[in-house]
Amino acid sequence: MSNKIKAAIIGPGNIGTDLLMKAKRSEFIEPVWMVGVDPESPGLARAAEMGLKTTSEGVDGMLPTMKEDGVQICFDATSAYVHAENSRKVNEQGAVMIDLTPAAIGPFCVPPVNLTDAVAAQAMNVNMVTCGGQATIPMVAAVSRVQEVTYGEIVATVSSKSAGPGTRKNIDEFTRTTARGIEKVGGAHTGKAIIIINPAEPPLMMRDTVHCLTHDDPDQEAITRSVHDMIAEVQKYVPGYTLKNGPVFDGKRVSIYMEVEGLGDFLPKYAGNLDIMTAAGLRTAEMYAEEILAGNFKPVAA
Amino acid sequence: MDAEPKPTWMYLRRVLVRALQHRDIACCETKRVNVMNLQGKKITVHDMCLRDGMHPKQHQITVEQMVTISKAMDDAGVPLIEVTHGDGLGGTSVNYGFPAASDEEYLSAVCKEMKNAKVSALLLPGIGTVDHLKMAVDCGISTIRVATHCTEADVSEQHITMATSIKGLDTVGFLMMAHMIEPEELVVQLKLMEDYGANCVYITDSAGYMLPDDVTSRIALARAELKPETELGFHGHHNLAMGVANSVAAVAAGANRIDGSMAGLGAGAGNTPLEVFIAVCDRMGIETGVDTFKAMDIAEDLIVPMMDHMVRVDRDALTLGYAGVYSSFLLFAKRSAEKYNLSSRDILVELGRRRTVGGQEDMIEDLALDMAKERGTI
Repeated sequence: MSNKIKAAIIGPGNIGTDLLMKAKRSEFIEPVWMVGVDPESPGLARAAEMGLKTTSEGVDGMLPTMKEDGVQICFDATSAYVHAENSRKVNEQGAVMIDLTPAAIGPFCVPPVNLTDAVAAQAMNVNMVTCGGQATIPMVAAVSRVQEVTYGEIVATVSSKSAGPGTRKNIDEFTRTTARGIEKVGGAHTGKAIIIINPAEPPLMMRDTVHCLTHDDPDQEAITRSVHDMIAEVQKYVPGYTLKNGPVFDGKRVSIYMEVEGLGDFLPKYAGNLDIMTAAGLRTAEMYAEEILAGNFKPVAA
Repeated sequence: MDAEPKPTWMYLRRVLVRALQHRDIACCETKRVNVMNLQGKKITVHDMCLRDGMHPKQHQITVEQMVTISKAMDDAGVPLIEVTHGDGLGGTSVNYGFPAASDEEYLSAVCKEMKNAKVSALLLPGIGTVDHLKMAVDCGISTIRVATHCTEADVSEQHITMATSIKGLDTVGFLMMAHMIEPEELVVQLKLMEDYGANCVYITDSAGYMLPDDVTSRIALARAELKPETELGFHGHHNLAMGVANSVAAVAAGANRIDGSMAGLGAGAGNTPLEVFIAVCDRMGIETGVDTFKAMDIAEDLIVPMMDHMVRVDRDALTLGYAGVYSSFLLFAKRSAEKYNLSSRDILVELGRRRTVGGQEDMIEDLALDMAKERGTI
């Protein structure tokens, strides 16, 4: 009856639950499975209440029936360390994996920059970089599409409460993966990422600073226009993506100061870092779903 | 001359009574602390001028200068010297400043010249990674210090765990801006670092905000709660001119490692001036193993001449200590104030009010732009 593509969410934590709430509103995605590892997980209970099938046996608990349940897209909201294994298993069942961990085994996707290309490549695993990457790479790309960027650097500041145990244990994966995304998707020759965790109360809104060093003197007018255009693109799926100050031009330095307010679905509004991740993941899935529905793409077991 | 109080009998009596009371207290304190506790106490001093000192030098200390200074310190008996970008390994950035040479160049040049002194490097998770740590170990460091904001010790697990897997590496956990939380909360965080495997943990007064009692309460509780074999350190800043007094308080309360910097070369009004602290230790019978006169000479002959500006308690540095702001924000606030026609003190006070933490240098220009728009200065 439905013209939606069925999806499974792996990881019933904050990200998985927020993603579920967003996916419930989607025109193209129908979440049918929530996969966890802890039978006591409140996230699993919540998903069950919302009518999803659930398992606390990990991906293995879903594998036997996922094909007959029609799951064609999976989201991984667990951790970088278990991602490869999860991905291999669901790919074998013919489902595309959208990776919200910083494992980055598949090509990067930052929707306003390269979603069309990423989906056209029909990869069975696509990676969403990091929250800081989703918030800043569009700005690096906004500069690099105007002129050559030799160096791109981002500073993401998030509230303590929005930095989960996964991020904390593997903070190096954040800096490395984001830096790589700045180069590969943002288009800077060299990328650098810094993350700061601030415990202030009330929690501060996610803020991001983007510094680009251009090869030649920056074309101020063209860059400013490009930045505003790109912000409008991001706002289509994250309305609280806001330019606070800039672009500031200082010699060959271009600095852009952003703030990211979330929708407040499951996560509080200050956690714009998590919101932009789930929103980007869902937007990517929707684009895949549209391609599947249009008959342009048929995920096959890999 | 009107303001001068008249030397009436009542006035003189009040002054005299106050002076006597003060002397009595001072005498008691001196007796109790010096003579009874600290005579013969051995501590390790750790010099910061080639790391924290990178802040006032905007990270432009040359490899040559580092080698000259570290050799002089080695000769003076300084046991441990930190060498890194001011913001630690991997700190090279637009945000914090690009250094004159890479961490690798600095570290390998200094390490190979040391006869007795050991070399340390600083690492802030979120800025540097374990890859930088491995590089520093390959260059010959013997101490790694993993630094986080005082409430965020758990982001250091990856790095401390990795450091403890390297045989013989002295692994230190370093909690910054420690004035922002109470001693009880601080101990919980210190214990996390101890659990990850740090053999030494630090209470760091990054804002130079603490007064001696703040140091005493934090160090004493930590000493009581940590394993007896875990070393305990204190890192001061001199923004309220409390660097030496706070460091003495730390030693009295049970710390055995003290950070300082020759001539105080460091962020804000600088670190605890090391040559002064060493002289004070000498007087008090605390054993540092450092030659006091040689330390004075290094400060006077090598460090002071290379300062770009006098590192002292100027109005802005005092504001850092008064408002509890991360010391390396100093020059960034001065630059933004100049660029956008604002008062750097106003910027610093606002940064304190917003409870910014170490590393948020990017906030300064952003905030300055907000303030400038509000006040119509741009």
